[in-house]
Amino acid sequence: MNSTPTNSFAFINPDSYGLNSGQKIALASGLIGLFFLVLAVFQVEIASNLTHFILALGLLGFGVIYFSLAAYRQKFAGIKNDGVMFNSLSSRGIIGWLIGISLTAFYIVLYFYPSFLGLGGNDITNSGLIALFDPFSLWLNGNPATQWFVYGTLYTLAILVFGFKFIQKYWHNRYQRLRTISVMFFQLGFAFLIPELMSRLNSDTFKLPYYDLKSIWPLNYYNFDKYRVNSFIDAGDLGLALLIFGIASIFIITPILTYKYGKRWYCSWVCGCGGLAETVGDPFRQLSDKRLSAWKIERWVIHSVVVFSVLMTTAVVYSYLGDDSSVYWLTKPVFLSAVAGLLTVVFTLTMVFKRKELGKDAIYGAMGYFTVILVLIGLFVFDQNDHVFFFKSSELRKSYGFLIGSVFSGIIGTGFYPIFGSRVWCRFGCPMAAILGFQQRLFSRFRITTNGGQCISCGNCSTYCEMGIDVRSYAQKGENIVRSSCVGCGICSAVCPRGVLKLENDNLKGRINPTQVLLGNDVDLMALMNQR
Amino acid sequence: MKHIVIIGNGISGATAARHIRKLSSYRITMISGESEFFFSRTALMYVYMGHMKFRDTEPYEPHFWRKNRIELKKAWVKTIETDLNRVLLDTGETIAYDQLILATGSKSNKFGCLGEDLPGVQGLYHKQDLEQLERTAANQKVCKHAVIVGGGLIGVELAEMLHSRQIPVTFLVREKSFWNGVLPEENSELLNYHIKAHGIDLRLGVTLKEIHSDNQGKVKSVEIAETGEIIHCNFVGLTTGVSPQIALAENSGIATNKGILVNKFLETNCPNIYAIGDCTEQTDPLPHGRKSIEAVWYSGRMMGETVAQIITGNRIFYKPGHWFNSAKFFDIEYQTYGLVSSRRNMPEFEAQIHWIHPDKTKGVTLSYDKNNHLFLGINTFGIRMKHETFDQWLNDKITIYQVITKLEQAQFDPEFYKSYVNNMRPALLESLPNLAL
Repeated sequence: MNSTPTNSFAFINPDSYGLNSGQKIALASGLIGLFFLVLAVFQVEIASNLTHFILALGLLGFGVIYFSLAAYRQKFAGIKNDGVMFNSLSSRGIIGWLIGISLTAFYIVLYFYPSFLGLGGNDITNSGLIALFDPFSLWLNGNPATQWFVYGTLYTLAILVFGFKFIQKYWHNRYQRLRTISVMFFQLGFAFLIPELMSRLNSDTFKLPYYDLKSIWPLNYYNFDKYRVNSFIDAGDLGLALLIFGIASIFIITPILTYKYGKRWYCSWVCGCGGLAETVGDPFRQLSDKRLSAWKIERWVIHSVVVFSVLMTTAVVYSYLGDDSSVYWLTKPVFLSAVAGLLTVVFTLTMVFKRKELGKDAIYGAMGYFTVILVLIGLFVFDQNDHVFFFKSSELRKSYGFLIGSVFSGIIGTGFYPIFGSRVWCRFGCPMAAILGFQQRLFSRFRITTNGGQCISCGNCSTYCEMGIDVRSYAQKGENIVRSSCVGCGICSAVCPRGVLKLENDNLKGRINPTQVLLGNDVDLMALMNQR
Repeated sequence: MKHIVIIGNGISGATAARHIRKLSSYRITMISGESEFFFSRTALMYVYMGHMKFRDTEPYEPHFWRKNRIELKKAWVKTIETDLNRVLLDTGETIAYDQLILATGSKSNKFGCLGEDLPGVQGLYHKQDLEQLERTAANQKVCKHAVIVGGGLIGVELAEMLHSRQIPVTFLVREKSFWNGVLPEENSELLNYHIKAHGIDLRLGVTLKEIHSDNQGKVKSVEIAETGEIIHCNFVGLTTGVSPQIALAENSGIATNKGILVNKFLETNCPNIYAIGDCTEQTDPLPHGRKSIEAVWYSGRMMGETVAQIITGNRIFYKPGHWFNSAKFFDIEYQTYGLVSSRRNMPEFEAQIHWIHPDKTKGVTLSYDKNNHLFLGINTFGIRMKHETFDQWLNDKITIYQVITKLEQAQFDPEFYKSYVNNMRPALLESLPNLAL
């Protein structure tokens, strides 16, 4: 009677999830393309650089596009998650681990050993993989390729072809289609073509820094570095306009759009990191950790990164400002006071108007705020020119760039897609996401609403939330989902089998609505419970 | 301290436990032989289809129960000693209670057909059924063909499950059209089309005569009563509905009929023993024409909420609101609010109007009272509509004309979705009797 096997869910891999013939052809094409790139890394010449380049990228692109058509076009429009948990790629199987390790290795080489990829410089011409991209780079921006050009090209190609795949997969869902077209557009235009073409404007007398217009501080933590600010200023009106745009992006444009639409306008419609996560990373979204403990770690880590990025940027800007207000109005003390003033205004407004909504988190917010202010005061009191206490600001900037910019966002963020899911960086590390999230939680019209009592607690929404939000815990209580980390990808709503979830922009009033008893039960009981 | 014992950890039992904890500091013990933790039964299909892992169907992490001091006991209850206020477990343990809540759920129906107890024949309700299914129908190799008998929600889910592993399915449905004992013909036809379009061999108006076994005693084939046709298969899914799981109550002297009999306070005939969810049969009439036995998630949850109030001293009675439900048939989502009858059950006063999209994946049926034109209910297919809005409209007793006029307000489809309200409105109005509004 009680012989209930509890561990018999160790599935044998069902054979029926094999690939169809079209998918096999596509996979072969993609693998050959990849193989051609690997050949290039090992300096094997099979054709001219241009031919080799076109062949490799063409086969890769064709592979992904044809794979998507073969996989989805024959089927009814609808949710395509059959076998996700059995597939070695998408369930941390051997293929998943292999890809994770290869991606990580690629990032390490890219960031720290670009010479392995054939990067030249100092009168040495490019070779290997990077040389492959020379013709394209020369055509586009007039210069030989760098490892960043190679990376940018591959990154953009990946978003385009996997974006195509994503659109095929969610063909029935117009929100998903539009959102994906948007990230494809912003990656191709704003992140790739415009900056490359802008660099064509550069000459000996005029030089604009490479500027991905959609990348906003603190995501592009380097935007206010001395060399960039100098070159913005040196580039005259256009440069100044870009600098002002950079500042306005975070202080004016971002708050307005986030108020109206939530942080999704950026994170899942515009951002390049988000774009990669949503397209290439889509098969891994279910791997995000949903446990409460992960949420706790997330909040500590991401907010620490914000504090780090604010301090680092402040220290960097501080270090190159002067003391004499007769030379330039923005001096060290003025700048520090401005930063402290802005933080104080934000902090005070939040505590006055949103104290209740923050609950226990108010204490953590206050801790963060006072840490920053203390450091700012320390910066001024212990002013040793360019030192923040014992650290040189340039060192601080360097370690931020290394730890956050390279290791976290690149190696862990993307390299570990098949292990931790597609949004590890966005969830645990992105300071921009944290700032937008703070606003989304407190001053935004965005929320995910739930449909009365229809939730059956099945868990599809939580499983497929790439940000690790336990969506179900809200839906089964009939409560709106208002979470700072939600990037508004809309997949929870798409996979819900009962039509419970809907992303919406609406009034601030009644946005957070904890309920005790769900719709469907006697009205008096509801009134009674809700009074408590 | 008062000790509340709950038998069953499904949605009814788990809801009762959670709400009793919210409202009191009583000692709570929840017993289940089926699983260690509460899981979403309705999500079992997604585990087989590989959308989720089993642990993903558990809405609460293990620490939730510890933190809320809800003691969990994994065992089957053998008997309830109602006179001694205690339950006997199959482990030999006895647990004394001050108040007992029975939330034992349903069991799959059988109908006494020859061969229905063979290995390879099963229903789909318990976690153990899924484990069994993994053994007999893991893939195309071990299961070359499957037959499903019984055209209801579990049947179509099982068809979708097997289909996801590319196991060919023959689906035997007794009715002339799929689920037309519940749905209007127009809705049912839409689903017939959709099920067949997915490659399911849907046979309407046929019944099972017998299940044959091979020389190893395993399922070999089924015989159709009407035609005598033999269909070879390795698996037979019996999905002819579920009925209340009453064996334990029956053996312990608690009054039962089809279900465990409870009054509107969810009390059984034995003092200090309550019953909630699928296993119950209500003896007092329910509002809004609700049925005395309802094996749906939502009713279980509402009874759990109610019994928690009663046990913690707020003696309210179980009074469900307007009927609502939802399901998904392959790729078509279905929602229903209020009363929409099948042809078989249609009351004299009810009339219906329909709109079906030409692609046959979307449609609505609205019902109203012929005599006063009051709106009675809606079925939607492939279109999401708002529960709150329809609940409000049903409370407000507005007419079918008013509902059609402001149907946009009830839309719940994701942003940027095409709205079909303007397509359906003329068609719906046209089929209404032309009266002064």
